[in-house]
Amino acid sequence: MSDVVLEVRGVTKAYGERPVLRGIDLAVREHGAIALIGASGSGKSTLLRCIDLLEDIDDGDVLLDGAVITDPSVDPIEVRRRLGMVFQAFNLFPHMTVLQNLVLAPVRAQGVGRLEAEERARELLTRFGLAGREHDFPDRLSGGQQQRVAIARALATRPRALLLDEITSALDPELVGEILQLVADLKGEGMTMLIATHEMGFAREVADEVCFLHDGAIVERGDPEHMFGSPEHPETQRFLRRLLDAGRL
Amino acid sequence: MRAAARRRRAQRRTAVAAVSTLVVLGALAAWILTAPGWPDVRDTFFSVHDFRASFPDVLRGFWLDVKLFVIVEAIVLVIGLSIALVRTTRTPALFPFRAIAVVFCDVMRGVPTILLVYLVGFGVLALSLKGLPTDPLVLGGAALALSYSAYVAEVYRSGIDSVHPTQMAGALALGLTRVQAMRHVIVPQAVRRVIPPLLNDFIALQKDVALISILGPAEAFRIAQIDAASNFVYTPLVSVALLYLCVTIPLARLVDHLQARSRRSRGGAVAL
Repeated sequence: MSDVVLEVRGVTKAYGERPVLRGIDLAVREHGAIALIGASGSGKSTLLRCIDLLEDIDDGDVLLDGAVITDPSVDPIEVRRRLGMVFQAFNLFPHMTVLQNLVLAPVRAQGVGRLEAEERARELLTRFGLAGREHDFPDRLSGGQQQRVAIARALATRPRALLLDEITSALDPELVGEILQLVADLKGEGMTMLIATHEMGFAREVADEVCFLHDGAIVERGDPEHMFGSPEHPETQRFLRRLLDAGRL
Repeated sequence: MRAAARRRRAQRRTAVAAVSTLVVLGALAAWILTAPGWPDVRDTFFSVHDFRASFPDVLRGFWLDVKLFVIVEAIVLVIGLSIALVRTTRTPALFPFRAIAVVFCDVMRGVPTILLVYLVGFGVLALSLKGLPTDPLVLGGAALALSYSAYVAEVYRSGIDSVHPTQMAGALALGLTRVQAMRHVIVPQAVRRVIPPLLNDFIALQKDVALISILGPAEAFRIAQIDAASNFVYTPLVSVALLYLCVTIPLARLVDHLQARSRRSRGGAVAL
């Protein structure tokens, strides 16, 4: 499988005595997208944070382009420079303008020239409907606009793959659609993505594979047709039933 | 109807406040002015003639205070931040520095500033080590810098701790190093938040500069003291107090203003 960009092999992690990941295996192919679904606390966010080396794993391996990145000898800074991550709460830097948020990493972490970085940033902002907002501070933007800036910021470093951590959970319902459309467009352009999400409609539309996490393990996986049409595992059925009852599906 | 009632109520409140202020201040003034010793106090503390005679010297001395204050404050801001940064690192190799920083803060904040001025001012001098400064102004400034660096370090540290951890995660996820994240993301936000408490320490330092008078430099308080002792008048001391107020009151108003502004901006939507 030479076209696998991101691979997770038997990853486990515990907070003290409490296991949060129990042997996760998955592989994201180039231009592919995997959606991680599951209840809050099932381990979706932790898995993404472990892949971006923001947290240590206890056992197992994560591979990026075939090379193990969870080995202690690997420089985490160098790995994070090749991955892009977008957070639930945007994590924009409030003391910097939109443009400064976008050029910080290319200029400081990747040594791109400032003019070149700004040009790329303006391209991204224009594409995301944010032309003219370069010099605004994040708190002047709506939640949806802030999250678009955060996605643009992650893309400004030209990452090999994008990790999206429930990027619509902090948004007002009417703003969710624009963000999901943007991610669907990115997928259409061939971006490789690993997506933790509560938006089942979105997972169904964008993902090539859907993984259902329960208690730190992937208890069922398959293409969206199968996962949402005829899930087999009782936990998956229960989870989707609950969402259906809550009117979220 | 209702607006008129509100207006009447507001007028009544203003009137009550004015009358109450007049009564209280009047009673206080009457109490002091009728004190048996008031004529003597007036002549020794509030003599216009003495004020005119001593003011130029005192003002010149105060200029020295202001210069020393500015220099010490600049040093304090740099050392304080360095200590705060050392205390917030988690690198094992820096452990000894972290320990030193903790002890430094505890000791320097625990010892009265006036004692530090004595100990550094006379102690270092007594060492008669070559290369160490002997100028009392430098030694006194060093003592103040030591004391205030410890306070300011704690202020910076509270600011750094108040920046939400998601900011560090956001910076690291972009591929910045920890040092870059501190420099470009965490510290700039921390400093903005602690400007009001930092200014409070500014005011305290501005006043404590007078402590170096015990080492001998001809600063305002020292000059006024000499004047007072030789002429048995205390008016020069009052003029020093007035000069201090000229600097500290505007600073205090600035702190109020900045605090009000930061409250407003926190009330608004600040994305973290």
